[in-house]
Amino acid sequence: MNTVKEIVAEHGHESSRLLEMLRCLQSPTNYLSEEAIVGVAKELNVPISHVYGVASFYSMYSTKPRGKYIIRFCESAPCHIEGAAEVLEAVQDQLQIAVNETTTDGKFSLELTSCLGVCGVAPAMMVNSTVYGNLTPEKAKKILAATE
Amino acid sequence: MTLHRSHVLVCSGSNCALHSSSFVKDRLTLEISQAGLGDEIRVLETGCFGLCAQGPIMVVYPEGIHYCKVGLEDIGEIVQEHLLKGRIVNRLLFKGTSDKNWMTKDDFDFYRKQERVVLRNAGVIDPENIEESLVRGGYAAFGKALSEMTPSQVIQEITDSGLQGRGGAGFPTGRKWQFTQEAAGDKKYVVCNADEGEPGTSKDRLILEGDPHTIIEGMLIAGYAIGATQGFVYIRGEYLLSIERLQKAINQAREFGLLGKGILGSDFEFDLEIRSGAGAYVCGEETALLNSIEGKRGEPRFKPPYPAVRGLWQKPTLINNVETLANIGPIIQNGSDWFRQIGTPECPGTKVFTLSGNICNSGLIEVPMGMTLREIIYDIGGGIPDGHQFKMAQTGGTSGGCISADLLDVPMDIPSLAKAGTALGSGALLVVDDRHCVVDLAKTFLRFFAHESCGQCTPCREGTTVLLRLMNKLASGKGDAQDITNLQRLSTTMQQASLCGLGQTAPLPILSALTFFADEFHAHLEGQGCPAGVCG
Amino acid sequence: MDLFQVTIDGQIVNVAPGTTILQAAEDAGVKIPTLCHHPDQQVKAACRVCVVEVEGSRVMQPACAYPVYNGMVVHTNTMAVREVRRTVLELLLTHHPQDCLQCERNLHCELQTLTQEAGIRQVEFPQELRNLPVDESSGAVARDPNKCINCRRCIEACGELQGVDILASINRGYDTVVGTGLNKSLADLACVLCGQCIQACPVGALREVDHTQQVWDALNDPDVHVVVQTAPAVRVALGEELGYPVGSGVTKKMTAALRRLGFDKVFDTDFTADLTIMEEGSELLDRIKNGGTLPMITSCSPGWIKYMEHYYPDMLDHLSTCKSPQQMFGALAKTFYPQTQGMDPSKIFVVSVMPCTAKKYEANRPEMRASGYQDVDVVLTTRELVHMIKQAGLNITALPDEEFDDPLGLSTGAGVIFGSTGGVMEAALRTVYEIVTGDELPSLDFEVVRGLEGTKRASVELIIPEAAADGEVGTSLQVNVAVASSLSEAKKLIELVKTGQEEIHFIEIMCCPGGCIGGGGQPRPTTNQTRTARMNAIYREDAGMPIRKSHENPAVASLYADFLGSPLGSVSHKLLHTHYTKRKVY
Repeated sequence: MNTVKEIVAEHGHESSRLLEMLRCLQSPTNYLSEEAIVGVAKELNVPISHVYGVASFYSMYSTKPRGKYIIRFCESAPCHIEGAAEVLEAVQDQLQIAVNETTTDGKFSLELTSCLGVCGVAPAMMVNSTVYGNLTPEKAKKILAATE
Repeated sequence: MTLHRSHVLVCSGSNCALHSSSFVKDRLTLEISQAGLGDEIRVLETGCFGLCAQGPIMVVYPEGIHYCKVGLEDIGEIVQEHLLKGRIVNRLLFKGTSDKNWMTKDDFDFYRKQERVVLRNAGVIDPENIEESLVRGGYAAFGKALSEMTPSQVIQEITDSGLQGRGGAGFPTGRKWQFTQEAAGDKKYVVCNADEGEPGTSKDRLILEGDPHTIIEGMLIAGYAIGATQGFVYIRGEYLLSIERLQKAINQAREFGLLGKGILGSDFEFDLEIRSGAGAYVCGEETALLNSIEGKRGEPRFKPPYPAVRGLWQKPTLINNVETLANIGPIIQNGSDWFRQIGTPECPGTKVFTLSGNICNSGLIEVPMGMTLREIIYDIGGGIPDGHQFKMAQTGGTSGGCISADLLDVPMDIPSLAKAGTALGSGALLVVDDRHCVVDLAKTFLRFFAHESCGQCTPCREGTTVLLRLMNKLASGKGDAQDITNLQRLSTTMQQASLCGLGQTAPLPILSALTFFADEFHAHLEGQGCPAGVCG
Repeated sequence: MDLFQVTIDGQIVNVAPGTTILQAAEDAGVKIPTLCHHPDQQVKAACRVCVVEVEGSRVMQPACAYPVYNGMVVHTNTMAVREVRRTVLELLLTHHPQDCLQCERNLHCELQTLTQEAGIRQVEFPQELRNLPVDESSGAVARDPNKCINCRRCIEACGELQGVDILASINRGYDTVVGTGLNKSLADLACVLCGQCIQACPVGALREVDHTQQVWDALNDPDVHVVVQTAPAVRVALGEELGYPVGSGVTKKMTAALRRLGFDKVFDTDFTADLTIMEEGSELLDRIKNGGTLPMITSCSPGWIKYMEHYYPDMLDHLSTCKSPQQMFGALAKTFYPQTQGMDPSKIFVVSVMPCTAKKYEANRPEMRASGYQDVDVVLTTRELVHMIKQAGLNITALPDEEFDDPLGLSTGAGVIFGSTGGVMEAALRTVYEIVTGDELPSLDFEVVRGLEGTKRASVELIIPEAAADGEVGTSLQVNVAVASSLSEAKKLIELVKTGQEEIHFIEIMCCPGGCIGGGGQPRPTTNQTRTARMNAIYREDAGMPIRKSHENPAVASLYADFLGSPLGSVSHKLLHTHYTKRKVY
């Protein structure tokens, strides 16, 4: 795992590349720790409030611990039309968590995302970097059960 | 280049990839070589064909036979029957609306009515190979601009073409270029807006995945025209494949001397960098996007000054959408007169639409501006599936208007749709059948905006959530007439007083739905419950 | 320059290019309501309260931001405009607690005024409060994010003006609110507690931590001898909230009011300001003569001190070791004063009235117990004193003029000008010049270090007679001085010092723009306009004083004779000087 110092150096200490740095910092644990946020602020010599303001703005970042797998569930209109609500209910039911929560075993976090741009195969969701389409409640449950 | 008897093109666009198209391709390659056809037949991964509902799609050339919904179990039969024996596998052909099996592109209504300008290479070339782009005329327009035209002539050609921005606002592209060219600045930037977040839109993703070089070429021409040496492509963080493909294309363009210093032996210098978003719809707004590239919160800036005068790092900046840039090469190559022959006089050219919702052929199409909504839904889109009735279409994405069947003959171009009370926007087209409830859908739209408002200005920050609360109240059957009045008052305030396009357009679906489906809203009030039986 | 002709509500005005609609409307006698707009700040265009109709524009435009063009036609008072503005205000109120009667900003709240002016009697949208924790951890500046209306004026004050950037917009959408890095409380951050955010806030989201009750309790305790000291900047601002025009000096009414409140002795921080000049001037000369660290930087401003400790911990030896006048006073009030009165120092309760929130923090520093007790028990801001005066029902305009008490109440014009940027420098120069040269200053007014300008520089040539060799007039010593107010200005100067680009001997820094008259504890609004008026009042007070040089203060002279010995002597060292602590930003 790269240290904050290394990641900031890799991005040339350019504060305009903060979004990329935060992505790198987040990738091993799926969330941005206090040390990561303070560390990147210190290395870039920018205020902590600035880094936190950015981290709390973009929905792909989290400053709270999240599960190993992040489910980004699309509830935009095209997915909604194709039955996303039932699928979402099934996912919540299977994992016993609500949106923006993490399973007690720390395996899954459930979030809503804006359109994933795969409306041709709606409803859709992303599990970490993998996109799944044409979901039904059963298919979604199977996918989660098979995720290891 | 080695000559092959046949080429098999496998779609590797995101939608087909979800249907395991890469496994299909691997299996195909394996079975072809096992059949001893390795030297005769070449398998290629291409960008999207557009007919996403039928994926994974595979096309066998030279015959041009389209196979749909190809599974791993079908590969053996295709190899044994078609590739070895030349017999078409009928059961994998697309079943059109007529009884006849559709075999080649010409058979498909879906393709026949389309006119592919920006999607000219998508589904035809291997997007990861610059040579295939070059063979199809890639970078020729840039070469022409650089060697035969002055920057002002380039801008004049774009202005004469009447091209309007394809990202949603529809501003004349030539004028934007001219403003940026005329702005004083020691450094200027070209930015490609690929933060495609409008729900129901995936045209930019398709272009980036299917033909990334056309974007590089468009930016090169823009850079030459306005006097910029650096460009940025801002791609939303969820589009992993787009980022990967474009990065490969940029690397190849550098290797071929098309990016960097001394391009094509001239003294023109231009390079590109990809920046990706981190989950914020508002970054599709051009000034929010600039803030995001600068590593800040993606909050829109007050205009004026416009980016053409003060943009990225306060320098003059040209920002164009992916689809807009994909039009540049063809316009320069074929001339503005050619471009003006397509589409309508007020809206020349084509438009890429993303068809989603209750429509048979969901996917991506490109048609001349001005084609009617009816032609798109019924002739190209194949109509409403499972015998249901058309109820409503939302054009332009979640921030577009909802229109009823009365408007099915509206021409799909910027002024006609604006007159109809909606917008062309990003070219999203959501089709909704009679099983769905307008109030329930309105809740979905508003949940989206409440999640995506940047929070800077009062009307949008507070208004999106208050609208959602009011809509939830209506859906639950507890609303009264005053709530509808408040909904309208708040919507007007957001349209009039919000800082950026997000807040200004968020109420459009609500107000248009209130216009076209007033009865349905009132039915929810009067305690009769939801007519469609959706709201609980 | 050709003027633009603009029509506002049918009235034609001619204004310069670059003028905003808001400014043009003012020329036309039309007041457009604003909320995120602040006269000294950049345009934010965020609240959208000031929207107007511009003919030819599809949507309404914010008057605070939109530049006029020639031939522009604006309507500020149509049915549609009123409706939209009203709705925007209602939206703010859906989020904002409606506990106005109990709010510290009641009757001084910009949102309250706008709501009243818009005639809103009912909020028709469903309301929901945020229920976020209130932060009083610093003991000085309190933040109530529940009341925040996201105007972001505090962010600019904290960032552009003070350069500490503790505050920022956090979260997104409906959850957007002004917050801190990682939501930490102010006590855990490198906040200097200057309170400029309070001055920027239009509502009750930022205020001081209220200590008035502790003062009432002390005043109510018959066993406690309560003394009060008042900072120079308080007397030129207090009147603003008590019936006087901005820029009135109300020193003698203030002393009368403090006596009516029940303080046993009413003393003056100006006295210890004079004392500071004696100590600090001596320290400067000592450093120049003996090769001490130069430039020496003043240490009166506690926000500034905290800033140096956090942001320049390796440069603390530049700071004068002198305590601030407040703390010198506290140390004397619990040593020298009870000694002369034959009192038990444990029975003395010292209250400060300061224009400052950081002074609350300073009084609580562990170093500030030289007397064996906490030297200053409670610090009130000017605003808190206003509240006490109002609670007591005192109409100060009707009170008689009264003087400060002896012996800690006698001061000079030099002590008064401590309240303004450049004042400490001017006071020091008046004394240092005369002590070093032995000549009387031809003019006491060092105009060059006065005024609101962020950074000011001066050079003074001192001829030192005792160093003169035979036949020579004396040794000439050029002393370069610089003055900065606000931390963004201070930072520029310190960076020059750090890199050694400029030879400066003595620097005066005040944390707040304009100095203490623009402090975080002063009445609101504090803008550049009110700062200028208060500054003028300070120099008027100075000009009217019988003695205007610190070294001529007879009470200071007897203090040295009877108690301290000499400047920089051992008693001074123990009571009047301090040390600093390295702190962190990250």
